[in-house]
Amino acid sequence: MDFIQSIDWMQILRCFIVAGIICIIGQILIDKTKLTPARTLVIFVTTGAILGGIGLYPKLIEFAGCGATVPLTGFGANLAKGALEEVSSNGLIGAFIGGVKASAGGIAAAVFLGYLASLISKPKIKKQ
Amino acid sequence: MKKIGSQTISLDIPVNILETASIVGPKESEGPLANFFDRCLDDEFWGEKTWEKAESKIIKETVNAVISKSGIPMQDIDFCFAGDLLNQCISSSFGLRELNIPFFGVFGACSTFVESICLGSVFVESGAATNVLCATSSHFCSAEKQFRFPLELGNQRPPTSQWTVTGSGAVILSKTGEGPFITNLTPGKIIDMGIKDANNMGAAMAPAAFDTLITHLNDTGRKPSYYDAIITGDLGHIGKDILIDLAATKGINIKNNYNDCGVLIFDKTTQDTHSGGSGCACCGTVFSGYFYKQLKEKKINKILLIATGALMNSTSSQQGESIPGVAHAISIEC
Repeated sequence: MDFIQSIDWMQILRCFIVAGIICIIGQILIDKTKLTPARTLVIFVTTGAILGGIGLYPKLIEFAGCGATVPLTGFGANLAKGALEEVSSNGLIGAFIGGVKASAGGIAAAVFLGYLASLISKPKIKKQ
Repeated sequence: MKKIGSQTISLDIPVNILETASIVGPKESEGPLANFFDRCLDDEFWGEKTWEKAESKIIKETVNAVISKSGIPMQDIDFCFAGDLLNQCISSSFGLRELNIPFFGVFGACSTFVESICLGSVFVESGAATNVLCATSSHFCSAEKQFRFPLELGNQRPPTSQWTVTGSGAVILSKTGEGPFITNLTPGKIIDMGIKDANNMGAAMAPAAFDTLITHLNDTGRKPSYYDAIITGDLGHIGKDILIDLAATKGINIKNNYNDCGVLIFDKTTQDTHSGGSGCACCGTVFSGYFYKQLKEKKINKILLIATGALMNSTSSQQGESIPGVAHAISIEC
Protein backbone atom coordinates (compact mmCIF):
# COMPACT_ATOMS: atom_id res chain seq x y z
CA MET A 1 0.00 0.00 0.00
CA ASP A 2 2.85 2.33 0.84
CA PHE A 3 4.21 1.80 -2.64
CA ILE A 4 0.92 2.71 -4.31
CA GLN A 5 0.52 5.74 -2.08
CA SER A 6 4.03 6.87 -2.85
CA ILE A 7 3.34 7.06 -6.58
CA ASP A 8 3.13 10.62 -7.93
CA TRP A 9 0.21 10.17 -10.32
CA MET A 10 0.63 13.63 -11.79
CA GLN A 11 4.24 12.76 -12.62
CA ILE A 12 3.07 9.61 -14.42
CA LEU A 13 0.49 11.61 -16.36
CA ARG A 14 3.14 14.17 -17.41
CA CYS A 15 5.45 11.33 -18.41
CA PHE A 16 2.69 9.69 -20.46
CA ILE A 17 1.71 12.88 -22.26
CA VAL A 18 5.25 14.02 -23.13
CA ALA A 19 6.34 10.58 -24.39
CA GLY A 20 3.06 10.34 -26.29
CA ILE A 21 3.64 13.69 -28.00
CA ILE A 22 7.15 12.65 -29.02
CA CYS A 23 5.75 9.42 -30.50
CA ILE A 24 3.00 11.34 -32.31
CA ILE A 25 5.68 13.46 -33.98
CA GLY A 26 7.40 10.23 -35.11
CA GLN A 27 4.11 8.79 -36.42
CA ILE A 28 3.39 11.97 -38.38
CA LEU A 29 6.89 11.81 -39.90
CA ILE A 30 6.27 8.19 -41.01
CA ASP A 31 2.79 8.82 -42.39
CA LYS A 32 3.19 12.24 -43.96
CA THR A 33 6.77 12.40 -45.17
CA LYS A 34 8.95 10.07 -47.22
CA LEU A 35 11.61 9.87 -44.50
CA THR A 36 12.92 6.37 -43.92
CA PRO A 37 12.81 4.99 -40.36
CA ALA A 38 16.61 5.34 -40.19
CA ARG A 39 16.43 9.05 -41.01
CA THR A 40 13.61 9.56 -38.54
CA LEU A 41 15.80 7.94 -35.90
CA VAL A 42 18.73 10.21 -36.71
CA ILE A 43 16.50 13.29 -36.65
CA PHE A 44 15.25 12.34 -33.18
CA VAL A 45 18.71 11.73 -31.76
CA THR A 46 20.23 14.92 -33.21
CA THR A 47 17.23 17.01 -32.17
CA GLY A 48 17.63 15.63 -28.65
CA ALA A 49 21.35 16.40 -28.70
CA ILE A 50 20.78 19.98 -29.86
CA LEU A 51 17.99 20.60 -27.35
CA GLY A 52 20.14 18.99 -24.67
CA GLY A 53 23.16 21.09 -25.65
CA ILE A 54 21.27 24.39 -25.40
CA GLY A 55 19.78 23.37 -22.09
CA LEU A 56 16.13 22.96 -23.08
CA TYR A 57 15.89 19.19 -22.90
CA PRO A 58 17.00 18.90 -19.24
CA LYS A 59 13.98 21.09 -18.39
CA LEU A 60 11.75 18.62 -20.21
CA ILE A 61 13.34 15.73 -18.31
CA GLU A 62 12.70 17.56 -15.05
CA PHE A 63 9.05 17.96 -16.07
CA ALA A 64 8.34 14.52 -17.53
CA GLY A 65 11.03 12.15 -16.20
CA CYS A 66 11.13 8.90 -18.19
CA GLY A 67 8.66 10.42 -20.64
CA ALA A 68 11.59 12.48 -21.90
CA THR A 69 14.57 10.19 -21.24
CA VAL A 70 13.25 6.92 -22.74
CA PRO A 71 12.41 8.17 -26.29
CA LEU A 72 15.32 8.58 -28.74
CA THR A 73 15.53 12.31 -28.10
CA GLY A 74 16.53 11.43 -24.52
CA PHE A 75 19.47 9.44 -25.87
CA GLY A 76 20.55 12.47 -27.92
CA ALA A 77 20.24 14.75 -24.90
CA ASN A 78 22.26 12.29 -22.84
CA LEU A 79 25.04 12.34 -25.46
CA ALA A 80 25.12 16.13 -25.32
CA LYS A 81 25.04 16.20 -21.54
CA GLY A 82 27.94 13.74 -21.28
CA ALA A 83 30.00 15.65 -23.83
CA LEU A 84 29.49 18.98 -22.06
CA GLU A 85 30.41 17.52 -18.67
CA GLU A 86 33.53 15.85 -20.01
CA VAL A 87 34.61 19.05 -21.78
CA SER A 88 34.38 20.99 -18.53
CA SER A 89 36.51 18.41 -16.67
CA ASN A 90 38.88 17.19 -19.42
CA GLY A 91 38.98 19.91 -22.06
CA LEU A 92 38.06 19.68 -25.73
CA ILE A 93 38.86 15.96 -26.02
CA GLY A 94 35.83 15.44 -23.79
CA ALA A 95 33.58 16.34 -26.72
CA PHE A 96 34.56 13.04 -28.27
CA ILE A 97 34.66 10.97 -25.10
CA GLY A 98 31.86 12.29 -22.96
CA GLY A 99 28.83 11.41 -25.03
CA VAL A 100 29.59 7.73 -25.41
CA LYS A 101 30.86 7.53 -21.82
CA ALA A 102 27.59 8.89 -20.46
CA SER A 103 25.52 6.51 -22.57
CA ALA A 104 27.88 3.52 -22.26
CA GLY A 105 25.44 1.58 -20.10
CA GLY A 106 22.63 1.97 -22.59
CA ILE A 107 24.78 1.12 -25.61
CA ALA A 108 26.37 -1.97 -24.02
CA ALA A 109 23.00 -3.18 -22.74
CA ALA A 110 21.47 -2.76 -26.22
CA VAL A 111 24.27 -4.76 -27.86
CA PHE A 112 24.26 -7.47 -25.19
CA LEU A 113 20.49 -7.85 -24.95
CA GLY A 114 20.16 -7.69 -28.74
CA TYR A 115 22.65 -10.52 -29.01
CA LEU A 116 20.78 -12.54 -26.40
CA ALA A 117 17.49 -11.97 -28.20
CA SER A 118 19.02 -13.10 -31.51
CA LEU A 119 20.09 -16.37 -29.88
CA ILE A 120 16.71 -17.29 -28.50
CA SER A 121 14.34 -15.92 -31.12
CA LYS A 122 13.68 -16.09 -34.84
CA PRO A 123 12.36 -13.18 -36.96
CA LYS A 124 8.76 -13.58 -38.06
CA ILE A 125 6.49 -12.19 -40.74
CA LYS A 126 4.67 -8.95 -39.94
CA LYS A 127 1.01 -8.96 -39.11
CA GLN A 128 0.36 -5.88 -41.20
CA MET B 1 4.80 -14.72 -86.14
CA LYS B 2 5.10 -11.10 -87.18
CA LYS B 3 5.52 -7.69 -85.69
CA ILE B 4 2.48 -5.46 -85.94
CA GLY B 5 2.46 -1.75 -85.17
CA SER B 6 5.35 -0.38 -83.16
CA GLN B 7 6.08 -3.15 -80.67
CA THR B 8 3.51 -5.93 -80.72
CA ILE B 9 4.18 -9.49 -81.87
CA SER B 10 1.23 -11.28 -83.37
CA LEU B 11 1.48 -15.07 -83.17
CA ASP B 12 0.28 -16.78 -86.36
CA ILE B 13 -0.11 -20.06 -84.49
CA PRO B 14 -1.51 -19.12 -81.07
CA VAL B 15 0.41 -20.72 -78.21
CA ASN B 16 -1.58 -22.98 -75.92
CA ILE B 17 -1.42 -22.56 -72.17
CA LEU B 18 -1.47 -26.24 -71.30
CA GLU B 19 -1.49 -26.06 -67.53
CA THR B 20 -0.87 -23.75 -64.58
CA ALA B 21 -0.08 -24.21 -60.91
CA SER B 22 0.17 -21.92 -57.92
CA ILE B 23 1.25 -22.11 -54.30
CA VAL B 24 0.70 -19.22 -51.88
CA GLY B 25 1.75 -18.26 -48.35
CA PRO B 26 -0.31 -17.81 -45.19
CA LYS B 27 -1.54 -14.25 -45.79
CA GLU B 28 -2.67 -15.02 -49.35
CA SER B 29 -4.42 -18.11 -47.97
CA GLU B 30 -6.66 -15.81 -45.93
CA GLY B 31 -7.48 -13.69 -48.96
CA PRO B 32 -10.54 -13.78 -51.23
CA LEU B 33 -8.86 -15.97 -53.89
CA ALA B 34 -7.63 -18.69 -51.50
CA ASN B 35 -9.85 -21.39 -53.00
CA PHE B 36 -8.34 -21.01 -56.46
CA PHE B 37 -4.74 -21.80 -55.54
CA ASP B 38 -3.37 -25.33 -55.73
CA ARG B 39 -1.81 -25.17 -52.32
CA CYS B 40 -2.02 -22.77 -49.38
CA LEU B 41 0.82 -22.77 -46.86
CA ASP B 42 0.27 -22.04 -43.20
CA ASP B 43 3.90 -21.23 -42.45
CA GLU B 44 6.05 -18.72 -44.31
CA PHE B 45 9.17 -20.84 -43.61
CA TRP B 46 7.52 -24.04 -44.93
CA GLY B 47 9.81 -26.05 -42.65
CA GLU B 48 12.98 -24.41 -44.01
CA LYS B 49 15.61 -22.55 -42.06
CA THR B 50 15.50 -19.31 -44.04
CA TRP B 51 12.95 -17.39 -46.09
CA GLU B 52 15.20 -17.67 -49.13
CA LYS B 53 15.18 -21.45 -48.82
CA ALA B 54 11.43 -21.36 -48.33
CA GLU B 55 11.00 -19.30 -51.51
CA SER B 56 13.15 -21.76 -53.48
CA LYS B 57 11.05 -24.62 -52.14
CA ILE B 58 7.86 -22.82 -53.13
CA ILE B 59 8.94 -22.35 -56.77
CA LYS B 60 10.31 -25.89 -56.91
CA GLU B 61 7.09 -27.43 -55.64
CA THR B 62 4.98 -25.20 -57.91
CA VAL B 63 6.98 -26.35 -60.92
CA ASN B 64 6.63 -29.98 -59.81
CA ALA B 65 2.90 -29.41 -59.43
CA VAL B 66 2.43 -27.89 -62.89
CA ILE B 67 4.41 -30.69 -64.54
CA SER B 68 2.48 -33.45 -62.78
CA LYS B 69 -0.86 -31.71 -63.46
CA SER B 70 -0.02 -31.38 -67.15
CA GLY B 71 0.63 -35.10 -67.47
CA ILE B 72 3.54 -34.61 -69.86
CA PRO B 73 6.84 -36.27 -68.97
CA MET B 74 9.63 -34.05 -67.65
CA GLN B 75 11.90 -34.79 -70.61
CA ASP B 76 9.30 -33.44 -73.03
CA ILE B 77 9.68 -29.96 -71.58
CA ASP B 78 12.30 -28.31 -73.75
CA PHE B 79 13.15 -25.11 -71.93
CA CYS B 80 12.46 -23.31 -68.70
CA PHE B 81 12.19 -19.54 -68.24
CA ALA B 82 12.11 -18.39 -64.64
CA GLY B 83 12.99 -15.47 -62.43
CA ASP B 84 12.31 -13.79 -59.11
CA LEU B 85 13.22 -10.75 -57.04
CA LEU B 86 16.18 -11.91 -55.00
CA ASN B 87 19.70 -10.87 -55.99
CA GLN B 88 20.83 -12.75 -59.10
CA CYS B 89 17.49 -14.61 -59.07
CA ILE B 90 18.62 -17.24 -56.58
CA SER B 91 15.12 -18.44 -55.71
CA SER B 92 14.63 -19.72 -59.23
CA SER B 93 18.14 -20.99 -59.88
CA PHE B 94 18.48 -22.67 -56.47
CA GLY B 95 14.91 -23.97 -56.50
CA LEU B 96 15.17 -25.38 -60.00
CA ARG B 97 18.75 -26.64 -59.94
CA GLU B 98 17.65 -30.27 -59.85
CA LEU B 99 15.09 -29.84 -62.58
CA ASN B 100 17.31 -30.95 -65.47
CA ILE B 101 15.61 -28.70 -68.00
CA PRO B 102 17.64 -26.07 -69.95
CA PHE B 103 17.18 -22.91 -67.95
CA PHE B 104 16.90 -19.24 -68.89
CA GLY B 105 17.06 -16.90 -65.90
CA VAL B 106 14.78 -13.92 -66.50
CA PHE B 107 14.73 -10.68 -64.59
CA GLY B 108 11.91 -8.22 -65.11
CA ALA B 109 11.19 -7.56 -61.44
CA CYS B 110 7.45 -8.11 -60.91
CA SER B 111 6.89 -8.24 -64.69
CA THR B 112 8.94 -11.46 -64.86
CA PHE B 113 5.89 -13.72 -65.13
CA VAL B 114 4.65 -12.19 -68.37
CA GLU B 115 8.17 -11.54 -69.66
CA SER B 116 8.90 -15.28 -69.30
CA ILE B 117 5.66 -16.14 -71.07
CA CYS B 118 6.52 -13.71 -73.91
CA LEU B 119 9.90 -15.37 -74.43
CA GLY B 120 8.50 -18.87 -74.03
CA SER B 121 5.71 -18.17 -76.54
CA VAL B 122 8.22 -17.04 -79.15
CA PHE B 123 10.19 -20.26 -78.60
CA VAL B 124 7.08 -22.40 -78.99
CA GLU B 125 5.63 -20.55 -81.97
CA SER B 126 8.94 -20.54 -83.83
CA GLY B 127 9.25 -24.29 -83.49
CA ALA B 128 12.32 -24.11 -81.28
CA ALA B 129 10.36 -25.86 -78.55
CA THR B 130 7.23 -27.96 -78.16
CA ASN B 131 6.69 -27.38 -74.45
CA VAL B 132 8.11 -24.54 -72.38
CA LEU B 133 7.90 -24.03 -68.65
CA CYS B 134 7.60 -20.49 -67.23
CA ALA B 135 7.75 -19.86 -63.51
CA THR B 136 8.24 -17.07 -61.02
CA SER B 137 8.19 -16.56 -57.28
CA SER B 138 8.37 -13.96 -54.54
CA HIS B 139 8.30 -14.00 -50.75
CA PHE B 140 7.21 -11.18 -48.47
CA CYS B 141 9.94 -11.73 -45.91
CA SER B 142 12.88 -12.18 -48.29
CA ALA B 143 11.75 -9.17 -50.35
CA GLU B 144 11.31 -6.90 -47.31
CA LYS B 145 14.74 -7.94 -46.09
CA GLN B 146 16.38 -7.21 -49.44
CA PHE B 147 14.54 -4.12 -50.63
CA ARG B 148 13.41 -2.35 -47.48
CA PHE B 149 14.40 -3.14 -43.89
CA PRO B 150 15.20 -6.25 -41.86
CA LEU B 151 12.01 -7.63 -40.34
CA GLU B 152 13.81 -7.76 -36.98
CA LEU B 153 13.75 -3.95 -37.01
CA GLY B 154 9.97 -4.12 -36.83
CA ASN B 155 9.47 -0.77 -38.51
CA GLN B 156 6.07 0.36 -39.76
CA ARG B 157 5.08 0.13 -43.39
CA PRO B 158 3.84 3.47 -44.75
CA PRO B 159 0.27 3.74 -46.10
CA THR B 160 1.36 3.69 -49.77
CA SER B 161 3.37 0.49 -49.39
CA GLN B 162 2.31 -2.80 -50.94
CA TRP B 163 2.55 -6.30 -49.59
CA THR B 164 4.88 -8.63 -51.53
CA VAL B 165 2.94 -11.78 -52.27
CA THR B 166 4.47 -14.98 -50.91
CA GLY B 167 4.04 -17.68 -53.50
CA SER B 168 4.81 -18.93 -56.94
CA GLY B 169 2.99 -19.28 -60.23
CA ALA B 170 4.01 -21.57 -63.08
CA VAL B 171 2.64 -22.30 -66.53
CA ILE B 172 3.42 -24.76 -69.29
CA LEU B 173 3.14 -23.39 -72.82
CA SER B 174 2.55 -25.90 -75.55
CA LYS B 175 2.33 -26.03 -79.33
CA THR B 176 -0.98 -27.85 -79.31
CA GLY B 177 -3.96 -28.06 -77.03
CA GLU B 178 -7.43 -26.76 -76.35
CA GLY B 179 -6.53 -23.30 -75.11
CA PRO B 180 -6.66 -20.74 -73.74
CA PHE B 181 -4.24 -19.39 -76.31
CA ILE B 182 -1.72 -16.59 -76.30
CA THR B 183 -2.32 -14.53 -79.42
CA ASN B 184 -0.37 -11.29 -79.07
CA LEU B 185 2.64 -10.12 -77.12
CA THR B 186 3.41 -6.49 -76.38
CA PRO B 187 6.78 -6.15 -74.62
CA GLY B 188 6.98 -2.80 -72.88
CA LYS B 189 9.48 0.02 -72.86
CA ILE B 190 11.22 1.27 -69.73
CA ILE B 191 9.35 4.30 -68.45
CA ASP B 192 10.70 6.45 -65.63
CA MET B 193 8.55 9.30 -64.39
CA GLY B 194 10.90 10.20 -61.55
CA ILE B 195 9.14 8.49 -58.62
CA LYS B 196 11.78 7.81 -55.96
CA ASP B 197 9.75 6.26 -53.17
CA ALA B 198 10.38 2.50 -52.87
CA ASN B 199 7.27 2.41 -50.74
CA ASN B 200 5.09 3.69 -53.58
CA MET B 201 5.71 1.22 -56.38
CA GLY B 202 2.20 1.45 -57.81
CA ALA B 203 2.76 5.09 -58.75
CA ALA B 204 6.18 4.27 -60.21
CA MET B 205 4.84 1.47 -62.43
CA ALA B 206 1.46 2.88 -63.53
CA PRO B 207 2.93 5.05 -66.36
CA ALA B 208 4.69 1.98 -67.80
CA ALA B 209 1.44 -0.01 -67.67
CA PHE B 210 -0.31 2.91 -69.36
CA ASP B 211 2.29 3.10 -72.14
CA THR B 212 2.08 -0.63 -72.84
CA LEU B 213 -1.73 -0.62 -72.74
CA ILE B 214 -2.03 2.29 -75.19
CA THR B 215 0.62 0.80 -77.48
CA HIS B 216 -1.08 -2.59 -77.45
CA LEU B 217 -4.45 -1.08 -78.34
CA ASN B 218 -2.92 1.04 -81.13
CA ASP B 219 -0.85 -1.82 -82.55
CA THR B 220 -3.73 -4.29 -82.60
CA GLY B 221 -6.44 -1.76 -83.48
CA ARG B 222 -8.48 -3.08 -80.58
CA LYS B 223 -10.62 -1.17 -78.13
CA PRO B 224 -10.48 -1.86 -74.37
CA SER B 225 -13.98 -3.33 -74.66
CA TYR B 226 -12.55 -6.09 -76.92
CA TYR B 227 -11.30 -7.73 -73.73
CA ASP B 228 -13.51 -9.25 -71.06
CA ALA B 229 -10.84 -8.26 -68.58
CA ILE B 230 -7.75 -6.08 -68.63
CA ILE B 231 -5.56 -7.14 -65.73
CA THR B 232 -2.40 -5.49 -64.44
CA GLY B 233 0.11 -7.36 -62.32
CA ASP B 234 0.71 -5.42 -59.15
CA LEU B 235 -0.18 -1.74 -59.33
CA GLY B 236 -2.18 -2.06 -56.12
CA HIS B 237 -4.93 0.36 -55.10
CA ILE B 238 -2.95 3.55 -55.72
CA GLY B 239 -1.46 2.45 -59.05
CA LYS B 240 -4.82 1.13 -60.25
CA ASP B 241 -6.46 4.51 -59.71
CA ILE B 242 -3.55 6.27 -61.43
CA LEU B 243 -3.85 3.99 -64.47
CA ILE B 244 -7.60 4.61 -64.73
CA ASP B 245 -6.96 8.36 -64.57
CA LEU B 246 -4.10 8.21 -67.09
CA ALA B 247 -6.29 6.25 -69.52
CA ALA B 248 -9.11 8.77 -69.06
CA THR B 249 -6.79 11.60 -70.13
CA LYS B 250 -6.51 9.85 -73.51
CA GLY B 251 -10.27 9.41 -73.64
CA ILE B 252 -10.04 5.69 -72.93
CA ASN B 253 -12.46 4.27 -70.40
CA ILE B 254 -11.19 1.10 -68.75
CA LYS B 255 -13.24 1.40 -65.56
CA ASN B 256 -15.65 -1.41 -66.46
CA ASN B 257 -13.31 -4.25 -67.31
CA TYR B 258 -10.04 -3.32 -65.64
CA ASN B 259 -8.64 -4.76 -62.43
CA ASP B 260 -5.31 -5.45 -60.77
CA CYS B 261 -3.97 -8.69 -59.28
CA GLY B 262 -2.60 -6.75 -56.29
CA VAL B 263 -6.11 -5.46 -55.58
CA LEU B 264 -7.75 -8.87 -56.06
CA ILE B 265 -5.46 -11.08 -53.97
CA PHE B 266 -6.06 -9.39 -50.60
CA ASP B 267 -9.19 -8.08 -48.94
CA LYS B 268 -8.73 -4.35 -48.37
CA THR B 269 -10.99 -4.16 -45.36
CA THR B 270 -10.06 -7.28 -43.41
CA GLN B 271 -6.41 -7.73 -44.44
CA ASP B 272 -4.36 -4.65 -43.69
CA THR B 273 -1.92 -4.73 -46.58
CA HIS B 274 -2.14 -0.95 -47.12
CA SER B 275 -2.04 -0.49 -50.91
CA GLY B 276 -2.54 -4.13 -51.96
CA GLY B 277 -0.26 -6.91 -53.18
CA SER B 278 2.91 -6.82 -55.25
CA GLY B 279 5.80 -9.05 -56.30
CA CYS B 280 6.43 -11.53 -59.10
CA ALA B 281 4.07 -14.00 -57.49
CA CYS B 282 1.22 -11.49 -57.37
CA CYS B 283 0.55 -11.68 -61.09
CA GLY B 284 1.89 -15.25 -61.22
CA THR B 285 -0.44 -16.76 -58.65
CA VAL B 286 -3.53 -14.71 -59.51
CA PHE B 287 -3.26 -15.61 -63.18
CA SER B 288 -2.29 -19.25 -62.60
CA GLY B 289 -4.83 -19.73 -59.84
CA TYR B 290 -7.79 -17.55 -60.70
CA PHE B 291 -7.80 -16.24 -64.27
CA TYR B 292 -6.62 -19.44 -65.92
CA LYS B 293 -9.53 -21.31 -64.37
CA GLN B 294 -11.94 -18.56 -65.45
CA LEU B 295 -10.65 -18.90 -69.01
CA LYS B 296 -10.78 -22.71 -68.92
CA GLU B 297 -14.38 -22.61 -67.72
CA LYS B 298 -15.17 -19.99 -70.39
CA LYS B 299 -16.44 -17.57 -67.77
CA ILE B 300 -14.23 -15.07 -69.51
CA ASN B 301 -12.90 -15.46 -73.03
CA LYS B 302 -10.43 -12.69 -73.72
CA ILE B 303 -8.02 -11.11 -71.31
CA LEU B 304 -5.14 -8.71 -71.62
CA LEU B 305 -2.60 -9.48 -68.91
CA ILE B 306 -0.14 -6.65 -68.24
CA ALA B 307 2.55 -7.50 -65.68
CA THR B 308 4.27 -4.47 -64.22
CA GLY B 309 7.80 -4.32 -62.83
CA ALA B 310 9.82 -1.77 -60.88
CA LEU B 311 13.40 -2.06 -62.07
CA MET B 312 15.26 -0.74 -59.02
CA ASN B 313 17.53 -2.42 -56.54
CA SER B 314 18.42 -1.63 -52.95
CA THR B 315 21.60 0.27 -53.94
CA SER B 316 19.76 2.51 -56.41
CA SER B 317 17.17 3.28 -53.73
CA GLN B 318 19.85 4.18 -51.19
CA GLN B 319 21.53 6.42 -53.74
CA GLY B 320 18.27 8.28 -54.28
CA GLU B 321 17.70 7.14 -57.87
CA SER B 322 14.21 7.19 -59.32
CA ILE B 323 12.39 3.94 -60.09
CA PRO B 324 12.16 2.89 -63.77
CA GLY B 325 9.01 0.91 -64.52
CA VAL B 326 8.30 -1.65 -67.22
CA ALA B 327 5.14 -3.48 -68.27
CA HIS B 328 4.74 -6.43 -70.62
CA ALA B 329 1.35 -7.44 -72.02
CA ILE B 330 -0.02 -10.65 -73.48
CA SER B 331 -3.47 -11.24 -74.87
CA ILE B 332 -4.98 -14.56 -74.01
CA GLU B 333 -8.06 -15.75 -75.84
CA CYS B 334 -10.17 -18.91 -75.76
